[in-house]
Amino acid sequence: MTGKAKINIEHLDLYIGKQHILKDVSTQIPEKKITVILGPSGCGKTTLLKSLNRLTDLYSNVKVSGKIFIEGEDILHTNMDITEIRKRMGLLSQRPYPLPMNIFNNVAYGLRISGRTNKIVLRKRVQHYLELVNLWDEVKDRLHDPASSLSIGQQQRLCLARGLSVDPDIILADEPTSALDPISSEVVEKKFIDLKSQYTVVVVTHSLQQARRIADYAIFMYLGEIIEQGPASEFFSDPKEELTKSYLKGLFN
Amino acid sequence: MSGQFGMYPFIISSLWVTVIALLLAGPVCLLSAIHLTQYARPIVLRIMHPVIDILAGIPSVIFGVWGVLAIVPFVGDHIGPLFGKSITGYSILSGGLVLAVMIIPFILNILIEVFRTIPEELTEVTLSLGATHWMVIKHVLLRKAFPGIISAFSLGLSRAFGETIAVLMVVGNVTRIPTGALQPGYPLPALIANNYGEMLSIPRYDSALMLAALVLLVIVILFNIISRWLIFRVERNT
Amino acid sequence: MKLGVRKAEELFFRVVMFLATTVILLALLMIIFTILHKGLAAVSWKMISQLPKGGFYFGKEGGILNAILGSIYLASGASILAILFGLPVALYINIHLHKNKRLVTAIRFMLDVMWGIPSIVYGAFGFTVMLFFGMRSSLLAGMLTVTLFIIPIMIRSIDEVMKTVPKGLLESTLSLGSTKSETAYRVYFKQCISGVTTALLLSFGRAIGDAASVLFTTGYTDNLPTSLSEPTATLPLAIFFQLSSPIAEVKERAYASAVILTVIILIISLVSRVSARKYLKHKIK
Repeated sequence: MTGKAKINIEHLDLYIGKQHILKDVSTQIPEKKITVILGPSGCGKTTLLKSLNRLTDLYSNVKVSGKIFIEGEDILHTNMDITEIRKRMGLLSQRPYPLPMNIFNNVAYGLRISGRTNKIVLRKRVQHYLELVNLWDEVKDRLHDPASSLSIGQQQRLCLARGLSVDPDIILADEPTSALDPISSEVVEKKFIDLKSQYTVVVVTHSLQQARRIADYAIFMYLGEIIEQGPASEFFSDPKEELTKSYLKGLFN
Repeated sequence: MSGQFGMYPFIISSLWVTVIALLLAGPVCLLSAIHLTQYARPIVLRIMHPVIDILAGIPSVIFGVWGVLAIVPFVGDHIGPLFGKSITGYSILSGGLVLAVMIIPFILNILIEVFRTIPEELTEVTLSLGATHWMVIKHVLLRKAFPGIISAFSLGLSRAFGETIAVLMVVGNVTRIPTGALQPGYPLPALIANNYGEMLSIPRYDSALMLAALVLLVIVILFNIISRWLIFRVERNT
Repeated sequence: MKLGVRKAEELFFRVVMFLATTVILLALLMIIFTILHKGLAAVSWKMISQLPKGGFYFGKEGGILNAILGSIYLASGASILAILFGLPVALYINIHLHKNKRLVTAIRFMLDVMWGIPSIVYGAFGFTVMLFFGMRSSLLAGMLTVTLFIIPIMIRSIDEVMKTVPKGLLESTLSLGSTKSETAYRVYFKQCISGVTTALLLSFGRAIGDAASVLFTTGYTDNLPTSLSEPTATLPLAIFFQLSSPIAEVKERAYASAVILTVIILIISLVSRVSARKYLKHKIK
């Protein structure tokens, strides 16, 4: 691996009820790079992503063992407040889920709950993040419309702005373009590449083409296990495992 | 009975009883629905599902018996003296209390459904912004569920408005415009039920009572249509 | 500090929410306890095997056999009529109309509204029709009124289950070459059987428990029902009338009736739970 590891996962096992969802997962996610988690649906990649900010706490009957270090802090066994951990990671989900508020407040909400309530500052920050995702020009005249009135692609960019607003250093994205049209997808992908100079980006995807386009580091999962991982250049050109080879050839999905 | 059949006191009584029932049942249902859908462990749900079903299945007349045996004496012996009044307990308040328990399973079921239709991802993304679970509920889920909550409440209101036997048994049935919850009342459905016997003997009485039934029908259908339409729209939007 | 306030607020509401749920549980337990506590002592073989003697309102002797049998006749009759009418309608909505979404939505909407109409209105309606035809209050009149009252419940409950059966199932059975729609129906019906059982039990429960719809239409009598045109006693009215009697022995009969009605409802609830669980195993998701 090149560069510093931002996230360090050691022997992570996760059960939901009796189902073994993640099996002895160990990996290191490099800082300020795009890491792509690949694999057929149901392989546990989304669960792995959600473990990173402990959204798995929401599931009933869940049992987790192992360690997840983020900058040296084991978030599974920490005294830190869970909300503080989550704030360090922006989440982008499969479909955009705007909050039931207007466009402005969708971005301002995260800022407000972390204590920034000065009106002028809020307005500046909201504009900043909306500009960051190339949305400002499209919405600046209708900031007080409900967020649901935007197109799906706009909504997803709004959600990205919302995620960035709480100043995270990691972005978690769960198949962020699967519900989007090709043009919006491209915008989101480009944004990830821009963002990696400041952020550590983890993207779950089942689109091989997308993974090839954006990945710096790739992780391939199958049935809850990591089959192969490595820098994207090696991973895609010279896979070691048979399973990876046939997946990359598109033999199964 | 004179030839006059004013319906005003009966409608006012109905409103009193119904509003009290909703004021009592509404918050309990909302709090419980949030508890059951957001916080409760699976075991609690396994207990509460049959509880809600059975409560919904208990016949109105059984609620009435319970009202007569438990609520009426309670109101008469404890609530009345609290306000310095000596009353029998057969009152609007007793009717409201019994009615509240009757509409709880009805409202609660709808509310649970409303909260279940909200996608979990909405909770996940809000948590990721650093919100606590309670903030997610307060700022996002309640807002998202708001139209559903309103329609659950108004469906409960219309259910309460038409409820007959249980209320009739505890409300006192005195024809007078009530001005307080500790006074007896005479709601519309009780009027119809109590007087069917006279319909055959007093001329024009039957048409007056049928008018009462019609008023009841129209009010209930109106409430139903508005609130179901609201629910329908919410489901379509999610 | 701010975090502390937030935590305290959440904790406070969690406690209140837990209490709200507890209140609901306690309400049910209190109701059942009150009914059993007051009524169990009054239930005896004499109570359930004899007719009231000396009038249901004044007679100190006898039991409530008239009401038990009357209620069972009434509820069974109404449930059978309602399923004979309701099942085909539910099937029709789900099989033949399911492509016409707007119509189906409109029908469901209408049925839901009908479900919401108070039973006293059904009672008053039945009574008006009865008068129009010059009928007396009778078992038949009550049965028909109650049928009307439970039909929306029956159709919508069956419908809710049929909705969840994948439409592809029926289509694939039809396309298997079994041009006989009979086979398709059989496969489809097997999937819905638990729903139909639950709907039947639910409707029976409503039918046996409702007082306001039978008040005008079924009347009340001390005798056993011998024909459809006779007035008939029912459990809810047995409770309602006898509870208001000044005589203690008569009140006992009301309490006993309440126990029997409650037990019937509890059994229905239990059976429908068990049947739902049993058939769930065979259900294709």
